[in-house]
Amino acid sequence: MDKRKIEESIFKILMRVATLSIVISLAVILISIIYKAIPVMNWGMISQTPQGGFYLGENGGVLNAILGSLYLATGATILALMLSFPIVFYINIYAKKGSWFVHTVRLCFDILWGIPSIVYGAFGFSIMILLGMRTSLFAGIIVIALVILPIIVRALDEVVRMIPQGLLDASYSLGATKTQTSVKIVTRQALPGLITAILIAFGRGIGDAAAVLFTTGYTDNVPTSLFDSAATLPLAIFFQLGSPVEAVQNRAFASALILTIIILSISILARYFSGKYNKFKV
Amino acid sequence: MYQNNHINVRNLNVHFDNNHVLKNINVEIPDKKITAIIGSSGCGKTTFLKCMNRLIDSVDGVKITGELLVDGENIFDPKTDVTLIRKKMGLLSQRPYPLPMSIYDNVAYGPRIHGEKSRKKLDHIVEYYLKEASLWEEVKDRLKTPAARLSIGQQQRLCLARGLAVEPEIILGDEPTSALDPQSSQNIEQKFLELKDKYTIIMVTHILRQAKRIADYLIFIHLGEIIEHGPAKEILENPKEKKTKEYISGIIS
Repeated sequence: MDKRKIEESIFKILMRVATLSIVISLAVILISIIYKAIPVMNWGMISQTPQGGFYLGENGGVLNAILGSLYLATGATILALMLSFPIVFYINIYAKKGSWFVHTVRLCFDILWGIPSIVYGAFGFSIMILLGMRTSLFAGIIVIALVILPIIVRALDEVVRMIPQGLLDASYSLGATKTQTSVKIVTRQALPGLITAILIAFGRGIGDAAAVLFTTGYTDNVPTSLFDSAATLPLAIFFQLGSPVEAVQNRAFASALILTIIILSISILARYFSGKYNKFKV
Repeated sequence: MYQNNHINVRNLNVHFDNNHVLKNINVEIPDKKITAIIGSSGCGKTTFLKCMNRLIDSVDGVKITGELLVDGENIFDPKTDVTLIRKKMGLLSQRPYPLPMSIYDNVAYGPRIHGEKSRKKLDHIVEYYLKEASLWEEVKDRLKTPAARLSIGQQQRLCLARGLAVEPEIILGDEPTSALDPQSSQNIEQKFLELKDKYTIIMVTHILRQAKRIADYLIFIHLGEIIEHGPAKEILENPKEKKTKEYISGIIS
């Protein structure tokens, strides 16, 4: 056989194996979680907070952690979004293109992206001590927002940077201001990308354990105000896995399954909406 | 000959960093006529057009001196409201850029940003200007569908309708047919001929035959300078300058 054809088929096989390994690892992770979670999964896991004796394997669930995680990730995503829009509009629409300032901002976000979340957590913690604050949902939201801000900004920045100047000019030439163009055109055009950015950020936020350890704390109660401590699913998994009681250890997998399902459903929702708005993109 | 014209350019100079792109431009552009700006690529004709609605502002390192008077007002005066200048002009770019929204919203975009809220009026505006751009019959049943789904020729006519909907006095075309098929190009040219009774039309073109077909007035730019300008017929049949002669006969292109 021709040498080039052999080369070609070897590369094809290699690429298929690499691609397949992704699918397989997702499947293996899901199966192992489900396998361990099913025996301990019941309605109580989702609908109840930990009852007396929960940590010894008796009744109760992780409702406190589910709600805590949802509040935390939602709050942080909203806060990060509120900050990222002005930043992205500024560096793409208002600031002079290619100026050193814009370069510096982008560099900053690349560095911020690379900082491990435990560092954000420690930073948040030291600020809280300085201010005499206790662990709270509020502190967690701010720290998680800082963790996901670079993700949203860079993702959104990439999308907005791809918008052709001609499209902006079309809006300007109708007499639109930069603000009108940003809000009505740039946002519309960037919407599918924005939804993906939100999804990634939300997933990262809800899955983060390190940054919330010192800032949000952990509690068996469902938070009733922003200034209460709150439980989170990753920490619930962490504490349950660390338990010597086997029944509690298995519950860690049930909690992991719940977390995975939340992320999965958000991912599917995001895909649905991003597809829905994609048709208007030019 | 042309008194009180809309557009009057005096000693306009444009620099990009160290590049002197437009050199001492002095010209009056006749009202309610089609003026074609011709010249080889890179000669500054698009830059000249972009000066008129100040889209040139978004180019980095640009420096402008001189005056460009629109209705007697110097548009480079810092006190000038740039959005009002742009409202006076509709722009057709080299390739159509429909906005990322429905056909209806594309046409309604301009009136909306200038404060029109009444649904009834907007309906009327959309219908009127889509008819004006000869697009109404093709799209009247799918006004809510994305503009991006139209063919490129339809998109360019949509851009024309969108531009006309802000009630400009002037239409700027930057090689508006260069991305279009022959039939769509012809539609746009035909449209321009119909619209010149109501609007002052200025178009950049690199197609000399197009200029011959539709232009009333010609401005020939070479290497950033106006070599010659005047009624199209005179220039095409009887160019005074050697450079113009060379361009028209195809020696420089």
